[in-house]
Amino acid sequence: MSVSDALAKAGAKPAGKRPYFLDREVERVLAITMAVVQELAVARQRVDTLERLLRAKGILTESEIESFKPDADAATERALWTQEYLARVLRILQQENEASAAGGDVASEDVAVEVSRS
Amino acid sequence: MEKSHPMTNRSADSVYDGPPDYRVVGRHAVFPETDHDEIERINFLAQMNRHLSARVVPGVKAAYDARVEPKFRAENGRPPRDRHEARKAMLDDAAFCTWSALRRMTMEQRQQAGRWTVLRQAEQLAFIAAELTDGDERLSLDPDMPIPRYVSAVDHHCMPGSYHTENFPGDVTAGANYDHAGFVTTGGLLGRYSDGGGHAVVQWVRRNLPDFHPRDILEIGATVGHSTLPIAQAFPDAQMIAVDLGTPMLRYGLARAKSLGVDNLRFVQANGENLSMFPDRSFDWIQTTMFLHELSTTALRNIFAECRRLLRPGGIVLHVEQPQYGPDMPLFEQAMRDWDAFYNNEPFWSRLHEMDLDKHMIEAGFAKDSLIHGGVTAVVDRTLFPDAAEDSTEDYGRKAAWHVIGARG
Repeated sequence: MSVSDALAKAGAKPAGKRPYFLDREVERVLAITMAVVQELAVARQRVDTLERLLRAKGILTESEIESFKPDADAATERALWTQEYLARVLRILQQENEASAAGGDVASEDVAVEVSRS
Repeated sequence: MEKSHPMTNRSADSVYDGPPDYRVVGRHAVFPETDHDEIERINFLAQMNRHLSARVVPGVKAAYDARVEPKFRAENGRPPRDRHEARKAMLDDAAFCTWSALRRMTMEQRQQAGRWTVLRQAEQLAFIAAELTDGDERLSLDPDMPIPRYVSAVDHHCMPGSYHTENFPGDVTAGANYDHAGFVTTGGLLGRYSDGGGHAVVQWVRRNLPDFHPRDILEIGATVGHSTLPIAQAFPDAQMIAVDLGTPMLRYGLARAKSLGVDNLRFVQANGENLSMFPDRSFDWIQTTMFLHELSTTALRNIFAECRRLLRPGGIVLHVEQPQYGPDMPLFEQAMRDWDAFYNNEPFWSRLHEMDLDKHMIEAGFAKDSLIHGGVTAVVDRTLFPDAAEDSTEDYGRKAAWHVIGARG
């Protein structure tokens, strides 16, 4: 089976109309969020597995991670990563704020009509 | 101020209460391979179900008592009359709807997770199953058998393709998905080989019928044989037949049984409503396990009649199911137990659990004084798996604690 087929079939809809319990948009976003919550748990467990294996092999000691202190450069890199990450995740808030501030935005669909006039 | 300390997931005086790590499940030749992240996805989803039943459901109950039921009374001048009125009233309440949305999503995520795992190795699983079953007369398939409406209309428990769909000839992914990821729903309550129900039935029979020595045993709706194998193993001198509608279930089931060293059983594709391939009085014991709720009224009647016809004098019929709704069961609990019927594609669940099963058994020809009633909880390896009998959470309809309805022939 191709990867494309397996992906499509894995996420296939079961026969039967899906019930919605919340506003459709809210439920859709919640479903996406819960899938992300799941994947975060999976990633967290993978990190935990790595840490335990590294400890078992004597590469890390029990307290090294908890007492880890990044040096100044590392701290800056990590802080920047977090800022960039948050900016990516919360992009829509930034853009909605910019839209409010700008005012008078036009839609491309309207401009399309405008620029197509002969 | 108290000195802060690093959070750990364990303190000296707390005892862990929840699903075991998935890695304790028993494997066999046709069990799918699961990589690290696939295992953790199953662990997460089992914990998600545990969280919903242990920490979210109490809020749904509190909301019913504090808001939903009083509002219904105020609007109608009376309490809800039945579970349907109670459930529909809850559909206007945020607590029920949020829990419902999360419970449905968790099931959808479970299906996607389990199906990805088996579909990515579909050819390999089919190859292993073929190696174990090709040419084995203990697998009798009838690929042209029509799938009844009560199975084809909606896919039970949101399992795309249900029990019977093959993606290609020889495909066993439906069986492999059902087998390896059912852990998500039961949180390990069914034990190492998802066979705690079968072991419970064996224990019940040994305790209640110590002189019963069956020679021929039939299980109807056996799927991959989770409950069949413990019975066949407990009675090694008996011959057991597992009947199911689904080709991938049966093929996977025989491969699994052989790999686990259980040889005194056959897998036969048939609809339990018509078992005319077996003569009258063919069996000493006829078993169904968590099966009746996936039928229809007509099918239930037909299957009860077939059980009567096929049972030898002195034999037993045992149906293991979730408890019936009786007048003593609060409407809130009935409404919650009905959830799977309407929101998890178990359309006969609601009707089955309100039926007078004694009456149907008698109509099928069993004497009233021959009827059997009992209760069982899953029997598991308690060093590794949680014990349903000691589990105080209530997951309405999913807990491994069942009723037994049956009859002596």
